Amino acid sequence: MVMADTIARPHVTWDLVADVRELLHFQFMQNAFVAGTIVAVTAGVVGYFMVLRGESFAGHTLSQVGFPGAAGAALVGVTPVFGVLTFCVVAAIAIALVPGRRSTGPAFESALIGSILAFALALGFLFTTLYSGFVTGAYSFLFGTFVGISNTEVVTLFVTATVVLVTLLVMGRRLFFASIDADVAAARGVPVRALAVVFLAVLGLAVAAATQITGTLLVFALLVAPAASAHQLSNRPGRALLISVGIAVLVTWLGLAIAYFSEYPIGFYVTTLAFGAYLLSRAGRALAR
Amino acid sequence: MNREPATVGRGAVPAAGPPASAALVLEGAGVQLGGRWIWRDVDLRVDKHEFVAILGPNGAGKSTFLRVVLGLEPLGAGTVDVLGSAPTRGNAGIGYLPQRRTFDRDVRLRGRDLVRLGLDGGRWGIPLPFRRAHNAAARQRVDEVVELVDAGAYAHRSIGELSGGEQQRLLIAQALIDKPSILLLDEPLESLDIPSQQGVASLIQRICREQGVTVLLVAHDINPILPFVDRVIYIAGGHTAIGSPSEVVTTETLSQLYGARVEVLTTTDGRIVVVGQPEGVSFHGHG
Repeated sequence: MVMADTIARPHVTWDLVADVRELLHFQFMQNAFVAGTIVAVTAGVVGYFMVLRGESFAGHTLSQVGFPGAAGAALVGVTPVFGVLTFCVVAAIAIALVPGRRSTGPAFESALIGSILAFALALGFLFTTLYSGFVTGAYSFLFGTFVGISNTEVVTLFVTATVVLVTLLVMGRRLFFASIDADVAAARGVPVRALAVVFLAVLGLAVAAATQITGTLLVFALLVAPAASAHQLSNRPGRALLISVGIAVLVTWLGLAIAYFSEYPIGFYVTTLAFGAYLLSRAGRALAR
Repeated sequence: MNREPATVGRGAVPAAGPPASAALVLEGAGVQLGGRWIWRDVDLRVDKHEFVAILGPNGAGKSTFLRVVLGLEPLGAGTVDVLGSAPTRGNAGIGYLPQRRTFDRDVRLRGRDLVRLGLDGGRWGIPLPFRRAHNAAARQRVDEVVELVDAGAYAHRSIGELSGGEQQRLLIAQALIDKPSILLLDEPLESLDIPSQQGVASLIQRICREQGVTVLLVAHDINPILPFVDRVIYIAGGHTAIGSPSEVVTTETLSQLYGARVEVLTTTDGRIVVVGQPEGVSFHGHG
């Protein structure tokens, strides 16, 4: 942990008020909580639709595309988050626009997306080699970090999240219909194909935001696990969405708190907590039967 | 109801505009896909409140026929008139149930939520909890159609956990919820066991009679629906024939359609079998 060397290692007192005060004492932790909450809410909502549409693999690929985006931005001297946003959205639209993506079936789709994934990682590796100063940054981008989130980045995340959530608010019901039953939705006049493109672009934005906290490799923690748990726990769309957001926010807060008081990276804690939530939800549903 | 003898090709409809009693009129209609005519020179008329089955071998263009009515497929020739106007995408006068496999076990959505999508799933925005009167009206309408298809006992369960017949009933409810004048059903009996096939077929007939809905049902096998339908449209060899089952499903009419000798046989238990089709032997095989 970078900060561990510069400040005294914090201790858990088990006095909740004191611990929370301690947690929120530093500006960087305040920024981390604000950024984490924004990311968690966005990931919880977008993740719900992603799992519903069976596009988790596309989401995973987009997260990997964020890595060369960040490295490339560092290479040309731009704030990494902008590189991530650009790469993710461009890749999302590219995936969405490949002709016959759906009609040629899932096998073709996963091969296509897998190829993009491999290429993205290779590109990131190249950029990292070209610009050796990014190596530390590369580690954070792969596995996540919560230190050094600047005010500018918080604002960027907030704007990104607003765009994502407003878009989903506008197209929510139609997107839901198209995700459940594309044929009937199309017959009812829902622009299924256009919605698919817009949703992948939105997914690209959400993934770019989530990588800021969990890193590109662990983005599933916030995007998939809470949503997948929610699908287990409720078969009502509204409730499931709230559960998804709730779990994402909870694991982010807990992850941040534990990471602050320990010396291991946040990506591990958030992922473990989210995975635990998923296991519990599956077990809970199995027992309920 | 139109009880004139089965007609093949041109000449079934007079040149004057469609009468008000017609739900669907095709004149000289043809569809081209990838440069090939799927069917052409189709003249037919379906009256309101009729229950019509669309039969024919695989790839004959039965689903394409429904897509034309839905406004999803343009005609390459001729005209089509749906409820008095040209077909348009998103026509609220049409309820549609596409050909499908059953829903995945993992689809976590209550049956009644699926039904409600037929009411407002095509709108922008999200359902808002504070619109109480609106939501209460929607819930009541969902209850009505769920009751209509006898799905009350399982509509609250996840759609993926239900049997094929139960899913089909809920999908029919979804197609009916917005009170359409025409119901298009693409192989709704496919992948159902025989008791469910009979149950769903008699349900569709009841809906047709009680709700005054025109039903066009695509089927691979005529036998489960034979007791219920008014007329059949048989599509084969790029052409169509329309009339009552006893008029159309005959050795003469089908041989003329296929342009080859086929034979229609009736088994001792009353089942109809078509033998000698170019694509295969059995009429109700799944190819």
